[in-house]
Amino acid sequence: MKIIDVSKDNFKEEVLDSKIPVLVDFNADWCGPCKMIRPILDEIASEHDEYRIVSVNIDDEDELAEEYGVFSIPCLVVFRGGSEYTRSIGLRPKEEIEGMLGGD
Amino acid sequence: MYDIIIVGAGPAGLTSSIYARRAMKKTLVLEAVSYGGQIINTLSIENYPANPGISGFDFATKLYNQAKEMGSEVKFEKVTEIKDNGDYKEVITTKGIYETKTIILATGLENRKLGVTREDELIGKGVSYCATCDGAFYKGKNVAVVGGGNTALEDALYLTDIAKIVYLIHRRDEFRGEEALVNNLKNRDNIKFIYNSNVTKLIGDDKLEGIEVTNNDGSKEDIEVSGLFIAIGRIPENENFKNIIALDESGYIVASEDCHTNVSGIFVSGDNRAKDVRQLVTAVSDGAIAACEAIKFINKKK
Repeated sequence: MKIIDVSKDNFKEEVLDSKIPVLVDFNADWCGPCKMIRPILDEIASEHDEYRIVSVNIDDEDELAEEYGVFSIPCLVVFRGGSEYTRSIGLRPKEEIEGMLGGD
Repeated sequence: MYDIIIVGAGPAGLTSSIYARRAMKKTLVLEAVSYGGQIINTLSIENYPANPGISGFDFATKLYNQAKEMGSEVKFEKVTEIKDNGDYKEVITTKGIYETKTIILATGLENRKLGVTREDELIGKGVSYCATCDGAFYKGKNVAVVGGGNTALEDALYLTDIAKIVYLIHRRDEFRGEEALVNNLKNRDNIKFIYNSNVTKLIGDDKLEGIEVTNNDGSKEDIEVSGLFIAIGRIPENENFKNIIALDESGYIVASEDCHTNVSGIFVSGDNRAKDVRQLVTAVSDGAIAACEAIKFINKKK
């Protein structure tokens, strides 16, 4: 599945109400490490249908960043059943991100 | 068997791999996290010859692509140990064991931690090591910077444009950093200097809400801040090699400009080498030298 951009208008529908786990990638255009993590996320998204990955630009969506306590990017937050399951900050290797999504 | 295994895919390591490949050596680069090293957090590089203003991300990505196009193999695995078996060496990672004729250690530096309880837990929830990366999240809030060198002063200056109040906490009564920066800071309305003090406690459950600051005379004070920027230097990532590699008292690998370590066939390049000037340009310079020395070593053995 392709990574879609999410805003505060559709965050509930795309993330909180999702039947499958969702990884939210909080990022910004000026953030180097965010640009480096994106190809890894694209790869994971194309390989897996059992979860979804969405992107939130923190400059456009500062309310979402504030609401979910994002103070450093790249910040990846996994939601399951409408609530936060786990998160990571900074660059992470692919396996670790898959682990965040797949772990029980 | 590889000819050269390079540990670390920052500017030094990737430059080594380019030189190694130009000499047609079988080359593997092992990287724990992602290519680029510290430079990826620099918004604009102003002091690298002939390319002023390039972003750290663009620089790192161009260098990485160049290394790949030259035929360098890159694997994302953390090196946990190296062994010297005389004729050949072993590099042990979280995923396997690789044999090689030579090794170049280009692991660079990591942020020095304060060493207070729950520091790791609160990273990204108020605790940060990079003001230019995370400063934007603290618009109109109170923040503190810890440190006394140029990085701390620059961070504090940067944050005075964003935050409400910036506390600059330093364990001594004067700064190590440039006087011009200090004077610049003193002209800001929203800076508060706290000398002779250390941050001794982090307050807040899910996110940072304040810090306890202890003066060298023993008195304590709690300060309300949402962000704490730690700028007390960086330390070399040489811990995993100290079983065979000689380090100086600060943990840097002892080697002169020829980049030879105390073990024959193992070289060092970049910021984790003991030296005075740690810049992008000296990192890539080390990268070239270490690779040429490794190539010489291999060719002599034939």
